[in-house]
Amino acid sequence: MPLMIGVPREIFPGEKRVATVPEVVEKLIKLGFTIAVESGAGDPANFSDDTYHAAGAEVIAGAANLWNAADIVFKVRGPSAEEVALMHEGQTLVSFIWPAQNPELIQQLAERKVTVLAIDALPRTLSRAQKMDALTSQAGVAGYRAVIEAANAFGRFFNGQITAAGKVQPAKVFIAGAGVAGLAAIGTAASLGAIVRANDTRAEVADQVVSLGGEFVKVEYEEEGSGGGGYAKVMSEGFQQAQRAMYAKQAKEVDIIITTALIPGRPAPKLITAEMVASMKPGSVIVDMAAEQGGNCELTEPGLAVVKHGVTIVGYTDLVSRLAKQSSTLYSTNLFRLTEELCKTKDGIIDVNMEDDAIRGLTVVKEGNISWPPPAPKLAAAPAAKPAATAMPVAKKAHGHGAPSEPMAGNKLAIMFGVAAALFWFVGANAPEAFLAHFTVFVLACFVGYMVVWNVKPALHTPLMSVTNAISSIIAIGALVQIAPPLTGVVVGRPDDWIRWLAAAGIVLTAINMFGGFAVTQRMLAMFRK
Amino acid sequence: MSASLATVSYIGATILFILSLGGLSNQETSRRGNLYGMIGMAIAVLATVFGPKVGSAGYVWIVCAMVVGASIGLYAARTVQMTQMPELVALMHSMVGLAAMLVGFATFIDPEAAKEFTGAAKSIHEMEIYIGILIGAITFSGSIIAFGKLSGRIGGNPMLLPGRHWMNLAGLLVVIWFGREFLHADSIASAMTPVIVMTAIALLFGIHMVMAIGGADMPVVVSMLNSYSGWAAAATGFMLSNDLLIVIGALVGSSGAILSYIMCNAMNRSFISVIAGGFGTASAAPKPAGGAAEPVGEVVAVNAAETAELLREAKSVIIVPGYGMAVAQAQHTVYEITKHLREKGVNVRFGIHPVAGRMPGHMNVLLAEAKVPYDIVMEMDELNDDFPATDVAIVIGANDIVNPGAQDDPTSPIAGMPVLEVWKAKTSIVMKRSMASGYAGVDNPLFYKENNRMLFGDAKKMLDEVLVVLKT
Repeated sequence: MPLMIGVPREIFPGEKRVATVPEVVEKLIKLGFTIAVESGAGDPANFSDDTYHAAGAEVIAGAANLWNAADIVFKVRGPSAEEVALMHEGQTLVSFIWPAQNPELIQQLAERKVTVLAIDALPRTLSRAQKMDALTSQAGVAGYRAVIEAANAFGRFFNGQITAAGKVQPAKVFIAGAGVAGLAAIGTAASLGAIVRANDTRAEVADQVVSLGGEFVKVEYEEEGSGGGGYAKVMSEGFQQAQRAMYAKQAKEVDIIITTALIPGRPAPKLITAEMVASMKPGSVIVDMAAEQGGNCELTEPGLAVVKHGVTIVGYTDLVSRLAKQSSTLYSTNLFRLTEELCKTKDGIIDVNMEDDAIRGLTVVKEGNISWPPPAPKLAAAPAAKPAATAMPVAKKAHGHGAPSEPMAGNKLAIMFGVAAALFWFVGANAPEAFLAHFTVFVLACFVGYMVVWNVKPALHTPLMSVTNAISSIIAIGALVQIAPPLTGVVVGRPDDWIRWLAAAGIVLTAINMFGGFAVTQRMLAMFRK
Repeated sequence: MSASLATVSYIGATILFILSLGGLSNQETSRRGNLYGMIGMAIAVLATVFGPKVGSAGYVWIVCAMVVGASIGLYAARTVQMTQMPELVALMHSMVGLAAMLVGFATFIDPEAAKEFTGAAKSIHEMEIYIGILIGAITFSGSIIAFGKLSGRIGGNPMLLPGRHWMNLAGLLVVIWFGREFLHADSIASAMTPVIVMTAIALLFGIHMVMAIGGADMPVVVSMLNSYSGWAAAATGFMLSNDLLIVIGALVGSSGAILSYIMCNAMNRSFISVIAGGFGTASAAPKPAGGAAEPVGEVVAVNAAETAELLREAKSVIIVPGYGMAVAQAQHTVYEITKHLREKGVNVRFGIHPVAGRMPGHMNVLLAEAKVPYDIVMEMDELNDDFPATDVAIVIGANDIVNPGAQDDPTSPIAGMPVLEVWKAKTSIVMKRSMASGYAGVDNPLFYKENNRMLFGDAKKMLDEVLVVLKT
């Protein structure tokens, strides 16, 4: 019996997004689910009931009917108290929850004996989870929109122009916080032609800022600001002072400031003080993307655009909803990817597999039991443990290659020693002493060769071969001692000429090898460079 | 120079040779290693020439022969192209083999050489001559054939005679039989026939052994012949009771053997079957009908402009060169592209399979010639885990070393051979002249993968076009 996914209308004031768009409805049906959409759910995002119907979804009038019929509910915002009351046992809810900030909500949901997947609780550092990362997709939309809002409120062009009517200076934009939203804002502002600067407490994002066309402004203070999981942490007092000085300087120079600084589970840091706002040029714009969490600017009024000291301060909390069609499409694709993970069998039945790191992290309530927060060590250890795990097969593959080989199996080794012992016994029993002296030298030299060459780098195989080739022309000595041995008197029957010519030919051949081999090795080695 | 002084010089030379081989195991010390080798050789030769065993009558001969040989050798070393290195090395091996053979004959016909030996010592001395000539002859003819195959004068396909293992076995028995005859012969004249017959058989055996080996196995053959040339030198050392020759021969022989062993591992072949010669039949033979699963899917061809586009958008690129790059002489263009991409901040690296090319380390030498810095040239094991994080993997004229069948398809003739996992990159581009299979004769499922693109044409020409597009 395939499950029914229900998509209710968002009831939060100003929320225009919808959790599933018609395009994704078709894909979900292919996974085996049936889809029900509340009548009017897509209207604010310009998806009509008809398009849902055409995509194969059932359109149900009235929230109560929908919640009642659905086995799985896809939402954007976390459920309100009324919506929680509509839930029934065994139902699954997927939406933003913010479990850290809303412990009561979790409690209420647990009492309804439902399963809740909080899309915001996804372990973002798992690369596999990126396709489901709704925070990222929504933040990207918000960052884009923030620049558009700034452009709207700003009285000039973004790009510099030289026109018949005079020269236009490009706008200078400063972006505080280079998370996903910040990076999207950097890219958007840069593509509009503005001069973009950005700052983040995490030094490692500098490259990303540069890659999007921004300039990274450093705080002159040494401290690492990565708080794990890709978020920033609270910084020390000394750092904050240096940071404030930097912001004050930027405020005087730039036309537009976009702030995106958030620290999870805390009010947004106050980066822009009233004095800084006052120091800005009249007509400047501040877009405070952290308005919902109290704002990064002291003068922000959440939800409103206000003008203070001649500076427009945009504190909209619904930036994402202002681009509802785009953000809904991205969000519903994230949910679709999550559904794929939940329903690997493609039979319309979901399996909340708590062994899966990504799903474990998402699941905040499982059949009425609160499972949030997820066990931390597993999450933090996941990226660190990965190389260790992969190192094992690599080490195995590498055998016989630079590294010492795996120990041979015991009986194989025993056979080899046995054969060697028999050989040595045979030689010892039959050979005269003079031969054994040479034999000793020979065997030891074999081992020296083995030890010396075993660790050679593959890159040097060719030079090594040409050098050993050159060295093997030591055979010249054999020819040399034959060419004119200091004989006592004339030995009868010695074919002197034959020997001499053979030896001379030998010397020519080995000399080619000797000089050619060393010269070509030298030529090759001269090419290797760092 | 007294005999003791000559011996001490030999010890010094030996130490220098060992240091030379040791130095060659690392780029930092490799040049010094080569220098040690030269000094060692100079000491050994001078100590011999001025030692007690060479009369002053020989000086003129020696100087003339040395000058002739040296000028040929230096000329060859100066003019050889880096892509022809495998041929040159094979040719030089043949010279060592031939020299060993000649020295063996010279010792054999010299009554003076054996006069101090009696009884068991005499037999051993004769055995040494016999074996020395045998190994020298095999090395000589085998290397000549390898040279022919590598330079394209002889077709690269394995020549498989019916019952060839039996032929080899028969040859061996004949050689042993004549060895007995040789030992029992009471004069040089009567021993001549066994030696000549044995030499002929050894030469044929060398030819036969290398003829039966396919082109893809050449890296193993070349290093194996390298090893043989060492053993030939060691056998000569025994023959002449010269410890220096024994030590150096053993050093070269064992280092060559280890190199072949490393190559064998890289191709997942057994070492024993290589040393015995006539290996590689399983993979060199055409694929048995219906043996391996036919790959399914569509081949997507791209042109140079699209390739350039893919490269331009990439942040991380891995280039996997193969013999095709050597044939097309494309290494310089490859480096131009690499330089261009690196200036744009793209992380470009090279993935070298241990048996890429026709000689161990062949690709490294070519890339070094093109001035590619060696710290971005990686080995297979260093790089294989990075493919999933790579945007574009370009395979230039390589086939079997990037064949996913080696991992997925247990019936594939190359099953179990470690390969570069280019198909795990976001996009892989294979540059090839046609859809023909590689030397192992196995179809490559990589070409049919969804994220794979084929760029058909001569590697150099195509890469030139890519570079032009990249620079615009």
